[in-house]
Amino acid sequence: MTTSETATKYRPTLGWLINDTIAVAKRHILKITRVPESLFFALIQPVMFVLLFAFVFGGAITLNGNGASAAADYREYLIPGIFAQTVMFAVASITVGITEDANRGIMDRFRSLPMRPGAVLGGHTLASLFQNILVLIILSITGLLVGWRIRSSVADALLGYLLLATFAYAMTWIGAWIGLHMPSPEVAGTAGLAWIFPLTFASNVFTPIATMPSWLQPIALWNPVSCLALACRKLFGNPIPVFENSGHSFPEVHAVQMAFAYALIFLAIFAPLAVRAFKTRNVGGLKA
Amino acid sequence: MTLAIEVSGLQKSFGEVQALRGIDFTVEQGTVVGLLGPNGSGKTTTVRILATLLKADSGIAKVSGIDVNSSPDQVRTMIGLTGQYAAVDEYLTGRENLQLFGQLFHLSKKQSAQRADELLTRFDLADAADRGIKGYSGGMRRRLDLAASLIGRPSVLFLDEPTTGLDPRSRLGMWEVIESLVAQGTTVLLTTQYLEEADQLASRSVVLDHGSVIAQGTSDELKSQVGGDRVEVVVEVPSQLSQAKDALVSIASGEINTNDAEHKVIVPTSGGSRSVVEAVRLLDEAKISIADIALRRPTLDDVFLSLTGRSAEEEKPEVKAKQRSRRGARA
Repeated sequence: MTTSETATKYRPTLGWLINDTIAVAKRHILKITRVPESLFFALIQPVMFVLLFAFVFGGAITLNGNGASAAADYREYLIPGIFAQTVMFAVASITVGITEDANRGIMDRFRSLPMRPGAVLGGHTLASLFQNILVLIILSITGLLVGWRIRSSVADALLGYLLLATFAYAMTWIGAWIGLHMPSPEVAGTAGLAWIFPLTFASNVFTPIATMPSWLQPIALWNPVSCLALACRKLFGNPIPVFENSGHSFPEVHAVQMAFAYALIFLAIFAPLAVRAFKTRNVGGLKA
Repeated sequence: MTLAIEVSGLQKSFGEVQALRGIDFTVEQGTVVGLLGPNGSGKTTTVRILATLLKADSGIAKVSGIDVNSSPDQVRTMIGLTGQYAAVDEYLTGRENLQLFGQLFHLSKKQSAQRADELLTRFDLADAADRGIKGYSGGMRRRLDLAASLIGRPSVLFLDEPTTGLDPRSRLGMWEVIESLVAQGTTVLLTTQYLEEADQLASRSVVLDHGSVIAQGTSDELKSQVGGDRVEVVVEVPSQLSQAKDALVSIASGEINTNDAEHKVIVPTSGGSRSVVEAVRLLDEAKISIADIALRRPTLDDVFLSLTGRSAEEEKPEVKAKQRSRRGARA
């Protein structure tokens, strides 16, 4: 066989997977630096939500039923909620990019290279994680400015950030999987977000679950977003409404474990599904 | 000679649409074979199967003797693919793109940088190397795309409509580049709707229609299937078309066709240029005035027309609209 002068023989090794993943991640991080607008708009949304709820809607929402020092209390309650919401929106940070790659044919080029199939998505999700960590840092600073404080131990706080990063990473794999099934970037932009809104609003992100109708309460309680927000409130030592601290229900007591479990389950389901979709994806869903 | 590509009994369906109904062809190492056919004939499906992007339902496809279905990873080390889209990253520079693909081909950092330089110079992109692709013209993008597919020095190159959508000057530029590749011994499978392109580049052609091979051979072999030379006469008075047809029976070597819209009579002949003289004499005798007369050798377009009953570049309007909207989305 006289294949080529460069001795590129096929050897599937872990080294290749790492090499390929880093190369692809580098591509996407370069892209973030080339189009800083995208990072800017990824940042502006959570910051806007902080300001909106801290200063506009917050006054109308009371925690634990008492009105005293309610506004300051609410802001400390709010920030971990916004963390959770931002992590959910990590989906959107990748869906459109994946659909664009698929439709532009660059995904075909990747698939025709002797690289590991998991590496393309692995690199993309890694870059997306990097972007989300940046967003979480800026968001934490904004939180500190409006009066949020970490009132727990360093270990708990670090665990809190680890939880947020893990959850964000799991969400980007869901985003990748969605992106691979969308016909165009325009549709991907909407489909990536549409299901997140009801999920984040039917949760304890902005309002205590006790204020919701009784049929919605169990849904909101088991909602992964609620578990994540509650876990962050626990880990950062921020206020928790009485209803969610009563110790009567499983998700309340085990919020931290539940949130980690949700993240790992999402990863275990959607990472293999996304890689499989990647291997069989046709350009723009085209037939011939 | 060794076979670079071997396809036999290849079948592929998408739902109820049979894209490939069992096709067979081979490509010898170091040659260029054109895969011709209208939209939807199965060209792209064939290339996608050979490039390991799509799995066939049945049949065998081999690249340099390696089965694409059972050893796709090994096939990927030997092939290069340039598709209908410029498959490069919009936000990176030309050099960054080539280095990225070099790295993914598992060249060392130094090797990828060297290879990128080499290809940028060769494809006349050295000046634009450090500019973002966004500012590249269509022709430059295609050249970069082709360069990217050559990063790993593939022995077999798939070019899927490499010049579709390019202006004539860029197209000629691409042709030169492809010709120089072939001169260096690369095997090329080229799909195209432009028969002129196959005529120019390919030593042999495989003609597909509705997922089947309907003809294959060298350009000359295909042309001779249609018949030899033809005398084409355009009459000045449209009503004299059938009279002209009758008048020319004696020089015809086959069935005479007329094209009413163009007022043209097409007479297959074996008499060469003598037939033109004879045709002029016969028409003059019949008092039919001639607007234009010419001896034509058949083109691959004629081959296509006679094999499939329609022209190769004819597209269904819906397909065109779809392509436009996709292009629009990309821009």
